[in-house]
Amino acid sequence: MSKQKDFVKFENVDKSYDGKVLVVKNLQLDIAEGEFITMLGPSGSGKTTCLMMLAGFETPTNGEIYLGGKAISSIPPHKRGIGMVFQNYALFPHMTVYENLAFPLRVRKIPKDEADKKIDKALSMVSLQGFASRMPGQLSGGQQQRVAVARSLVFDPQLVLMDEPLGALDKNLRESMQYEIKHIHESIGVTVVYVTHDQSEALTMSNRIAVFNDGKVQQLSSPDELYEKPVNSFVAEFIGENNTFNGEVSDISDGKCKVKLSNAEIMANPISVKSKGERTKVSLRPERALINPKEKMDNIHNGKIEEVIYHGDHTRVRINLLGNPEFILKVPNSSANLDIKLGNEIKIGWNSADARALDPK
Amino acid sequence: MSSETKQILTTDGIPLEVSLKKAEKKNKIKAFLLVAPLLFFLIITYVFPIGDMLFRSVDDKMVTQMLPKTFKAMENWDGQELPDEEVFAAFHEDFVKLVEDKREGKLSTQLNYTKNGFKSIIKKLRRASKKFEEGNYKEQIMSVHKRWADVEYWRAIQRRAPEFTGQKYLKGMDMYVNEEGKIVSVEEDRRIHRVLWLRTLEIAFFVTVFCFLMAYPIAHLLATLPMKYSNLLMICVLLPFWTSLLVRTASWMILLQQQGIVNDFFVGIGLVADDNRPEMMYNKTGSYVAMTQILLPFMVLPLYSVMKTISPSLMRAGKSLGGTPFVAFWKVYFPLTIPGIGAGCLLVFILAIGYYITPALVGGASGTLISNQIAFHMKSTLDWSFASAMGLMLLSGVLVIYWLYNKIVGIDNIKLG
Repeated sequence: MSKQKDFVKFENVDKSYDGKVLVVKNLQLDIAEGEFITMLGPSGSGKTTCLMMLAGFETPTNGEIYLGGKAISSIPPHKRGIGMVFQNYALFPHMTVYENLAFPLRVRKIPKDEADKKIDKALSMVSLQGFASRMPGQLSGGQQQRVAVARSLVFDPQLVLMDEPLGALDKNLRESMQYEIKHIHESIGVTVVYVTHDQSEALTMSNRIAVFNDGKVQQLSSPDELYEKPVNSFVAEFIGENNTFNGEVSDISDGKCKVKLSNAEIMANPISVKSKGERTKVSLRPERALINPKEKMDNIHNGKIEEVIYHGDHTRVRINLLGNPEFILKVPNSSANLDIKLGNEIKIGWNSADARALDPK
Repeated sequence: MSSETKQILTTDGIPLEVSLKKAEKKNKIKAFLLVAPLLFFLIITYVFPIGDMLFRSVDDKMVTQMLPKTFKAMENWDGQELPDEEVFAAFHEDFVKLVEDKREGKLSTQLNYTKNGFKSIIKKLRRASKKFEEGNYKEQIMSVHKRWADVEYWRAIQRRAPEFTGQKYLKGMDMYVNEEGKIVSVEEDRRIHRVLWLRTLEIAFFVTVFCFLMAYPIAHLLATLPMKYSNLLMICVLLPFWTSLLVRTASWMILLQQQGIVNDFFVGIGLVADDNRPEMMYNKTGSYVAMTQILLPFMVLPLYSVMKTISPSLMRAGKSLGGTPFVAFWKVYFPLTIPGIGAGCLLVFILAIGYYITPALVGGASGTLISNQIAFHMKSTLDWSFASAMGLMLLSGVLVIYWLYNKIVGIDNIKLG
């Protein structure tokens, strides 16, 4: 079976709850079959609204959503055949795990022996065999989460929606569940639309990430591209750590630009600036800047160490550099010979290709 | 192992276990002293009066104490023929003493409960007894009135010998112990209590059903509407709840009477003819309407408190898993509201079964309940023992329902708020 490129398609979708403010603005989004796509964004950015429109609990104010080529705006949720994992699991507390999983099969009138097979399979997928007769209240948070995942998959939907499913778990459990969900996705090849505000979750699990802000998709790309090549300053700041310099473009040529700061000039990679005199915000990942660089770099400046924080595998160094007192460096702890001491003056260098001159917002 | 079995000592050398127990005991005493005033208050004002009142329903010492010698003498009487001189003499002796204490009226009232016709013959006996000569009391008493020569009346007296009696309970069921000592029903045209019991159950049942049907959507709205609307709705539910019961019942009287607002409205829209206004009050309809409205909050509030805790994502989950809205409601939402339904129904039914003021005011003859009968015996006939017997029967009815509910639904499944 050939995979459909636009298995799920949002076409010019607008959504407004009160008729005044658009929470989703002119959304265009294609999701391929079998893809794991994450909608990432701060709260109120419209990502959950998008998910709810896809599930059928909200209707788009404008535009249309297609699932497998069919417009679904007028189809009620129970006829869409989309599996869903809710934020607080939404397990039916008065039913056993077995009955919870049997619910979607029973309403589809699937014979009991076939249903039992499916339930067994789904439970073994989340390694919860033998828990069928438990009540949800007798399970731990992680187990409840896995039951919720199993229930969303047990009726073999083509599409599964997950609305911040790991939000209520503690850090260790969350990480192991991330891998588990990722592996389940890989093994059964279902299309997953995942909503979260946790960027590390998004980076770990997804094929592609749609970063939402202010009702719009700011960037839609693979995790590495999103991190390495943010297209605007919102994405740069939202994903990962970031050092920024505000300035004005003083020269631009050959894929490089000069940015004039208040007291210095740096070289940068012009991404969203086009001409001289534009305001810009230069973004640089902490690990791209080196202390006392041996190779030649087109930005080398002196800074004073303000703070040293030990993080186990690395040390974070806060430096006052070019009038930015919040410049962060990450130094791997293997390079212990470096002269990192509070108050020392050190040389910091980076390549202009890594310093992305973005919109000034 | 040795470290586990070793006794742990406090710094003053007392075993820790002992000193902990001591401290705990002190705390327990303190806690008890705190609740003691309320406990005594409850015992004095609640347990004791109710217990005393309930005791009256079986207490029959009065006659026993008024005729001690008579009953002693009656022990040898087989009850077939008229008793012999010994009994008459003892009765005379007791009676003279009662007349001296001016208590013979009470005796006549009490004996009249057992058998009609005692009042007048005791009055006659009192007058006649002043001229009695010593000896041969049997002849003298029998000559006062022919009923004194009737063995039935002596048997009636004998039936009052025991200190305790269940006859008030039988009377509550329209039954009595006849002359042969068998339990039989009263004649059909005199059975009033059974009808009342059935009507009480019927009205309580239907009021509960109506309350449930009306309260469920209201509670659901309350639990799901946005705050600003649900607060307003909540006030609408609670405002009548805070208004005096009498005021609400009186309002229903204004609304429901034949020249009342509801009837005017019906006539106004041409639903009924002006000269054919339906009677909506002083019958069952009045009781149904007013009691349902008055008891509605008792159903709404437990339902609301349960529905409030049901996450809206559960219904969504039900729908997203393929259940139609009805299936999602019936399989997911409804079962989760059962604790609230149970609490609400139990509350409304128990309140309705003992409802008094409203049926008394708007129920008329066909809408009154057993509680009105109890009140009637408390206030008018002053037969308190009968009133308390019916009260206890009502109470045991409620307990039976409670027990049934516990069997079927489970009392730990109840949620009052």
